[in-house]
Amino acid sequence: MRAALSLATIFVLTLGAAGCGQGPEAEKEDTGTTEETSGSASSGSASASASQAAVPEADIQSTPELEAAVDEYRAYVVGETDQLVEETALFTGAVLAGNVEEAKETYAPARVHWERIEPIAATLGDLDPNIDAREGDVPDDEWRGFHRIEQALWVENTTEDQEEYARQLQADIEQLQAEAQNLELQPADLVTGSIELLNEVSAGKITGEEERYSRTDLFDIQANVEGSEAAFEALRPSLEQSDPELVAEIEERFGAVYETLEPYREGDGWVPYTDVTEEQRRQISQSIDALGEPLSRVGQALEA
Amino acid sequence: MSKKKAGYFEDRKGISRRELFRLAGATGAGLAIGGGGVGAAVAARDILGAGTGGIVGAIPFFGRNQAGITTPQQDRLVFAAFDLTTDNVSKVRDLLREWTTAAALMSEGRPVGEESENVYLPPDDTGEALDLSPARLTLTFGFGPTLFEQDGSDRFGLAVQRPATLAGIPSMPGDSLEPERSDGDLCVQACADDPQVAFHAIRNLTRIARGTATMRWSQIGFGRTSSTSRAQETPRNLMGFKDGTNNIKAEYEDLMDQHVWVQTGDEPAWMRDGTYVAARRIRMLIEVWDRSSLNDQEQTIGRHRTSGAPIGGEDEFDPIDLEASGSDGKPLVPTDSHVRLSRENPDEQILRRGYSFTDGMDPKRGQLDAGLFFISFQRDPQKQFVPLQRRLAENDALNEYILHTGSALFAIPPGAREDGYVGETLFESA
Repeated sequence: MRAALSLATIFVLTLGAAGCGQGPEAEKEDTGTTEETSGSASSGSASASASQAAVPEADIQSTPELEAAVDEYRAYVVGETDQLVEETALFTGAVLAGNVEEAKETYAPARVHWERIEPIAATLGDLDPNIDAREGDVPDDEWRGFHRIEQALWVENTTEDQEEYARQLQADIEQLQAEAQNLELQPADLVTGSIELLNEVSAGKITGEEERYSRTDLFDIQANVEGSEAAFEALRPSLEQSDPELVAEIEERFGAVYETLEPYREGDGWVPYTDVTEEQRRQISQSIDALGEPLSRVGQALEA
Repeated sequence: MSKKKAGYFEDRKGISRRELFRLAGATGAGLAIGGGGVGAAVAARDILGAGTGGIVGAIPFFGRNQAGITTPQQDRLVFAAFDLTTDNVSKVRDLLREWTTAAALMSEGRPVGEESENVYLPPDDTGEALDLSPARLTLTFGFGPTLFEQDGSDRFGLAVQRPATLAGIPSMPGDSLEPERSDGDLCVQACADDPQVAFHAIRNLTRIARGTATMRWSQIGFGRTSSTSRAQETPRNLMGFKDGTNNIKAEYEDLMDQHVWVQTGDEPAWMRDGTYVAARRIRMLIEVWDRSSLNDQEQTIGRHRTSGAPIGGEDEFDPIDLEASGSDGKPLVPTDSHVRLSRENPDEQILRRGYSFTDGMDPKRGQLDAGLFFISFQRDPQKQFVPLQRRLAENDALNEYILHTGSALFAIPPGAREDGYVGETLFESA
């Protein structure tokens, strides 16, 4: 939910600046239209202005490496939406079948594919609030999607009255998959996307607010980091020529983040986030920050 | 003044419109100078920063001692402690080199790093100080006991270099120390006359450290509670009393050598011209203090509130007569008063450089979370600060009104050479 807004802002800023050399004043005006609140009213306008602002051709010298990077990452996004459809079907199927335990088991693994591509997925159509809104993000009578069902499963321990939400969610996810077929990406999207995924962790996930009922936050955190790494991997060939040291540093710090998360693995998944102490959460947060500094320099790859 | 400004402007190429703001800031600093005499002249030069290539409001970063100790105390503080996340000593050395470069630039009011035209990169400098004067920024770096040894492990091969006096501050009666507000491998004290300049410095140093060190705790101080120069008025702390009247003043160089600077012959040699800083976050129980009678308050401190004079005296700087007794035969300055206990042993003199702080409201008590962030510099903390603080912790009437919630001790190495880095004497002798 919040991702849509902040990513939209970044799109406006980067593409605005690159596209037609607008001064700071113009940029300020653009962001002014995307209200930085998390209500539903603003999310619609934010997405709209993002797509409008994305129209100007980005003024980046294209290279074969960058084109390959865009193709590779686009394929990754499409692949993740395909898996998202499959895994969500298991989840919504369990809800429709009234199987609470199976629904709980399939919830987090389905969301992994959403979280890996969240900043991009959140800009496809206007589906983000329908799929990923948390309680309070939208008016109560419009609240649906993953977290609506999450609340019923973990708080009420039931699938009762969730059938309609399950059908809607499956339809929304399938529409997302269809939208992804027409996805057009710029190299700058990979740069902002890789950072935006880390910001997802730093700004929200780390506090445990995302999965407040299921406590499956570590699935999301790992998925955000993996998605960030996928964008970085796509850009790597462009970067390796210009700054191999930076590539090595980023690799090392991705490794450090995974190492920090490793102790919390349990079976195929992760321990409940409530088992992670405040101090341990701080360690995760700081390892993400340590990665974010060098990762924020991959924009070098876009320098002509 | 304005002509001078214009000339100065033209003299320095490549520095932007920010100069204008610097000069404006310096005018304010000039007005703030009080007092008179030789000390004031020395301090005025320091305040106006005539030492650093003429950049007004800049305090030289390089020198024999680190800045921010005898520098006439600035109005604002951001203090931060860091923990190292690396086990590679050369990474620690690299960090100190990078910190030195950045600190020297920021002390002159310049941004860190380089400006880039690439809009897809975050700027090197975070930018919030671009239009501000150097504001007499000083950055003072220190090494905690855990840099030398942690849980019995000689993590960086530095254990043999550890000063014996850097043994940590033993626990004291009445301590309510919180680990998340205490200790640390490294510290940085940022002082400036502009809080944003001080914050900007800590923020950028923290950013540079990412991947090598993480912030462990940080404390903002909004107003100085000591004067370190005769040119400065004695400020009041949040209890409403003048604080630091009998502080060692920078102008008394023999006292500084005796009580503050590590001397030739002191161990270890790499600390020569350095010092040690003790930091204590002392929360005041503001609500309790505010409902104590004036008499109780004055008996607790041992001074009159308005004048700052010792009880029985008239002027702030009147000598404290510890022998004098009142008509009831009891000592005029009570035996458990703060000022008496602080002065009992002249060998324990310290250079105080503390700040008032508030962190807003304590949600548990619904009370103000505010007090004194105590900072003192001394040549040998185990012989000066520790016995002094122990005597206070055991006897001070003030204890009824305060809680020590954070504690840290750091070795402050000598100042960096212009082509060297802070801490070089430690790391190159290892």
